[in-house]
Amino acid sequence: MCVQLDEREIQDNPFRPDLWRIVRHYPLTSDVNFYQARPVDNDEALRLDYIPGQFVMMSIPGEGEAPFCISSTPSRPGLLEFCIRNMGTLTSTLFTIKENQTVGIRGPYGNGFPIDKMEGKDILIVAGGMGSAPLRSLLLYVLDNRDRFGRLIYLHGAKNEGEMLFKEEFIQLKQRDDVEMLMSVDKDETGTWPYKVGLVTTLFKDLGKIDPNNTYAAVCGPPVMYKFVMQELVKLGIPKHQILMTLERRMKCGVGKCGHCAVEYLYTCIDGPVFSWWDVLRMKELIGRGASDKTIA
Amino acid sequence: MMILKMKKGDLSAFLDAAKEWGELWGPTKKDGRVTYSKVDGLSQMDLKATRTIIPPKKFLYPPRFTMFDYDQDGYVDRLGDVSKKVLFGIHPCDIHGILIMDQLFLGTYRDPYYAERRDKTLIIGHSCIPDDKCMCFVTNTEFIAEGFDLFFTDMKMFYLVWVGSTKGHDLVRMRPDLFNRNLDRNDILGYTEYRKWHSAQSKAKVDFNGMPDIFELGYNSPIWDKLGEKCLSCGQCSMVCPTCNCYNVEDKVDLGALAGTRERFWDTCMFREYSLVAGGHNFRDKRADRLRLWYTHKLQAFIGEFGKPACVGCGRCVETCPVDINVVTVSTALKDQELVK
Repeated sequence: MCVQLDEREIQDNPFRPDLWRIVRHYPLTSDVNFYQARPVDNDEALRLDYIPGQFVMMSIPGEGEAPFCISSTPSRPGLLEFCIRNMGTLTSTLFTIKENQTVGIRGPYGNGFPIDKMEGKDILIVAGGMGSAPLRSLLLYVLDNRDRFGRLIYLHGAKNEGEMLFKEEFIQLKQRDDVEMLMSVDKDETGTWPYKVGLVTTLFKDLGKIDPNNTYAAVCGPPVMYKFVMQELVKLGIPKHQILMTLERRMKCGVGKCGHCAVEYLYTCIDGPVFSWWDVLRMKELIGRGASDKTIA
Repeated sequence: MMILKMKKGDLSAFLDAAKEWGELWGPTKKDGRVTYSKVDGLSQMDLKATRTIIPPKKFLYPPRFTMFDYDQDGYVDRLGDVSKKVLFGIHPCDIHGILIMDQLFLGTYRDPYYAERRDKTLIIGHSCIPDDKCMCFVTNTEFIAEGFDLFFTDMKMFYLVWVGSTKGHDLVRMRPDLFNRNLDRNDILGYTEYRKWHSAQSKAKVDFNGMPDIFELGYNSPIWDKLGEKCLSCGQCSMVCPTCNCYNVEDKVDLGALAGTRERFWDTCMFREYSLVAGGHNFRDKRADRLRLWYTHKLQAFIGEFGKPACVGCGRCVETCPVDINVVTVSTALKDQELVK
């Protein structure tokens, strides 16, 4: 090979963020905000397409850039939604941003959920805490394309009622008869929570009979949650390659160049962030050292 | 491929002509250290030096550079301001390193910053004199067939010159009088002799065969903890490695302005913050974890995906690491399950 590029090949810059407008934002909990963003360029807004489970790189000039998962569904086009916790320099600046201000966004990136393969199957979603940020995208996508999927079950665990993301939205979905919404809180300090109290795994008792070979599970939550949820899913008999999870890593490029999200020969940004439980079992560092070290199931 | 012949005495005149294409850079020796410097001509170069401290990746992918200028209106690419360079005296192992970088940066989501520098840098290779730290014999990077514009093999009385690209051919056309195509039987015999001589220089005592399996078996080996205790997390191994590509990005704010630059600089998985995510969770908190990632990437994962190690056998980690952690000591310790002090 000899490297002889033409001008266009050099000019195309995948690292350049586009300007997006924050069209709306409001708090979901005391430290998590909900954002709706839309490309300033209208044509670009109309062209926007993505897959549930993908993410973008979001920039604030002077503060830097970081990956954020998408909480909205491509079946409701024109804008992207994010759920962001105030925990670093970039996110704390995002908390001071006003509606109609602009941010830099590039993407969407990542593999996303294998929607085509999941079609026709039963979908079991298990979200813990912030895990509902990427999984809401899948939930809404399945709801918007309801006749293309089988049974839809959504298990949601939150620390307490106050920290539950999308509380009103999810409680309202409970009224529908084409989705089974099962929700729990670890602790009911106020005594006002009308549903289950306990860890998200307690919800598995209320699942009823499932058809494991015909089911795709999608899981996201804090690292400690995986081990216990995986035990339940494997116990149900769902094949390990049909148990999917979306993972978090430090990223500086989003396009497989900067190296930070490397796990063995894979990059979380381009080969993930959606991986299967089988991937996790054979590639030791996907959900953190030790988490799957001694698990053979 | 096109192979030409050049008299040794004509090299200087050829390089003078090549300066018309761009700045001439080559290996020079200062205070006993070999680095690539901008030179006026052949007389300032040291073509006998085995390796430079930093590999030529620094020309294609500088240790620090500006990606964008930004203000309220958005981000503007900082492209197009790179000077044209003719790099002379690049050894086969380092060209193999460049090929690995090409694969990463010029593949899917082509990196325009790398692409521009690659496009504006002519790679002129030169045969080398191996020393006791060279491992190209083991990594199969002793010779090179692609990735360069021209390659000069020193045949004592003359050079055999491989022409690897049309740009390389353009350089030849600047002084066609210095080259000839009359190759005969003696050139074949001479080149065969040269290859035999080169391979006979091997003093490498390392063998990367079976490394992916050894790494898999040794994932939980206490060897990693022992190496971790020695490692200083200084990251020099990454700076000198021709295949380390990791980088970090940060925004620099102009004082008193809503404008600034976005900069990109070399990073290493040896640094503690490398796998740290918001909220404080660190996927590789221990030095042993980070060390294992570095070596797993080079000698297990890369072999698994591309069938060859991401080690080109240049010997820089052997020369550089202050506590003697390198591809030789790590692979040997893992195989023997014993860390020689």
